[in-house]
Amino acid sequence: MSLDLKQNPLAPPAAEQSGAVDAPGRRWRRTVELKGASFTVPFFAGFVVFTVVPVIMALSKSLYSSKSSGLGFGEKTVSFSGFENFDRALHDVKFWGSLWRVALFAIVVIPLIQATSLALALLLDSVRRRVAGKLRIAMLVPYMSPGIVATLIWIYLYSPAVGPLTPFFKLFGINANFYSSELIWVSVGNLMAWGSIGFNMLIVYGALQAVPRDIFDSARVDGASEWRIAWSIKVPYVRRSLVLVSVLGIIGTLQIFSEPLLFRSMTPETVTKDFTPIMTIYNQAFAVGDFNYAAALSIVLALVVGLVSATFYKLTNRAPR
Amino acid sequence: MTTTDARARRYDDDLPAGHHPSRLSRTLVWTGLVLFLIYSIAPVWFLIVSATKSQRDLYTTNGLWFADFHLFDNTRDLFTYHDGIFLRWLANTLVYGVAGTVGMTVLCVACGYALAMYQFRGRGILMGCIIASFLIPGALLTIPSFLLYTRLHIVDTPWAIIVPHFFSAFSVYLAKVYAEGAIPPELLEAARVDGAGEYRAFFTIGARLMTTGSATIFLLGFVGSWNSFFGPLVFLRGEQKWTVMLGLYSWLNIKMDRSVDLTGLVIVGAIVSLIPIVALMLSMQRYWRSGITLGSLK
Repeated sequence: MSLDLKQNPLAPPAAEQSGAVDAPGRRWRRTVELKGASFTVPFFAGFVVFTVVPVIMALSKSLYSSKSSGLGFGEKTVSFSGFENFDRALHDVKFWGSLWRVALFAIVVIPLIQATSLALALLLDSVRRRVAGKLRIAMLVPYMSPGIVATLIWIYLYSPAVGPLTPFFKLFGINANFYSSELIWVSVGNLMAWGSIGFNMLIVYGALQAVPRDIFDSARVDGASEWRIAWSIKVPYVRRSLVLVSVLGIIGTLQIFSEPLLFRSMTPETVTKDFTPIMTIYNQAFAVGDFNYAAALSIVLALVVGLVSATFYKLTNRAPR
Repeated sequence: MTTTDARARRYDDDLPAGHHPSRLSRTLVWTGLVLFLIYSIAPVWFLIVSATKSQRDLYTTNGLWFADFHLFDNTRDLFTYHDGIFLRWLANTLVYGVAGTVGMTVLCVACGYALAMYQFRGRGILMGCIIASFLIPGALLTIPSFLLYTRLHIVDTPWAIIVPHFFSAFSVYLAKVYAEGAIPPELLEAARVDGAGEYRAFFTIGARLMTTGSATIFLLGFVGSWNSFFGPLVFLRGEQKWTVMLGLYSWLNIKMDRSVDLTGLVIVGAIVSLIPIVALMLSMQRYWRSGITLGSLK
């Protein structure tokens, strides 16, 4: 039997026994593949209902508008309005304001997070593996913490009433109000860094472990210093991983929601109800009740997110090395 | 090979890539690592310390060190407040997580297995759908999903949380990668020669060989479900159906609305919701570490 398999692992047993004739073998093969395909049916049925249908609904909803006749009394009438919602979205100062706010934040915070993650992965790579393993577990505790719990922890750490940070900075004569409009992005950025550096470091460190070790030896023989090896060999090797975690970071940051929402509980004057794009959409849908407009805003945001990550990916992967 | 040889070699393997570092660069390396270690751990330490304090001590004592020990009183308060609603939230989160993730694991492992082991027509299109769906931002889906669930009459029922969780494209992708690595096609072929049907081959061979992969998929899915916030916030109304994360958020808000201060409860609640998930992830490190690196490098 094993011999048969080696010769032609894909040949069906029926064909083997009967000799030549392809037809029954092919039919048998097709039955096998059909049965195989049937394994994917439950998933893709649900996938259509819970992913494809919502996307189509978003597209169709965005083309309609619901208007209440008269002075807001009476029945609301839904009518086809073409690209009216998109036109409104393109001129929505608050929406674009929130998008710029978040984009600016991403431009500052993501490179900082990536640089720290890379530095940390390089540091870990230069100590004994067993020690690195133990340190890594401890450094992953923030990643293991649920996002809401992480936000709660920092909200209390920042709090002037409960947290130790305000008195700590007072020691140096700095009067820091972490909830003020000047510092709110620093506060949120630090919270995001705390939660994501561990994960990014893990990915980059994993990529570093895959670098063939003899390259380092040859570099050393050629007289390269450790710094030089890190910069000229290790960093180029982990580039792809860095690009990947950056794209994930961009996608996540543009859609930031729960962190600012929780901060809003503490400081509603600074964190307004349309502070980030998703908060604007959420507010349009569930406070204003305009689902059609919210759907249009979702599509615009999705396009922006897609465009930004695609551009970033293109730019960083264009020139190899 | 003698034992000393073996030890020497292991010692060598254990050495980092860069040996002979100077004293200065070693000091720098360790300073960096220790500083970051403190940054990672100190906030959790603050949470643990705060959980042991009485509400008054929270405001009057140093946040990073213990005062009078009130952890047990606080825990009792947490579980008795509002007729033990917190316990209800914990149970909900657990039920949604287990039900949603068990279903998800079964469906996605079967689907990933088929995508890896069979060459049926349309397979390429299905793979394309999986990859393309990674690019759909969650933002796009939430609003129409709400309208869809309204039409399906599952808004404000556990089903709105459990059922959509079944269909995770990322899990299918992971399952496919695992199946390719774990199941030799010859083995399935041999089973066929021996007369096993495709379904039997999956349950007796495929599913068993994919145990590690399935465990990873389950773990990542469960953690995702436990931590999720936006879904429950949008789809659940009545507080009897809420999850822990949503409940903690509502307590944080109460402080604003009324003059009740639930800070102490939020802190103890946060730590109670943190401990099971960190314990789970620590004990199953091997699984999720392989999962996230696999998902990101392939």
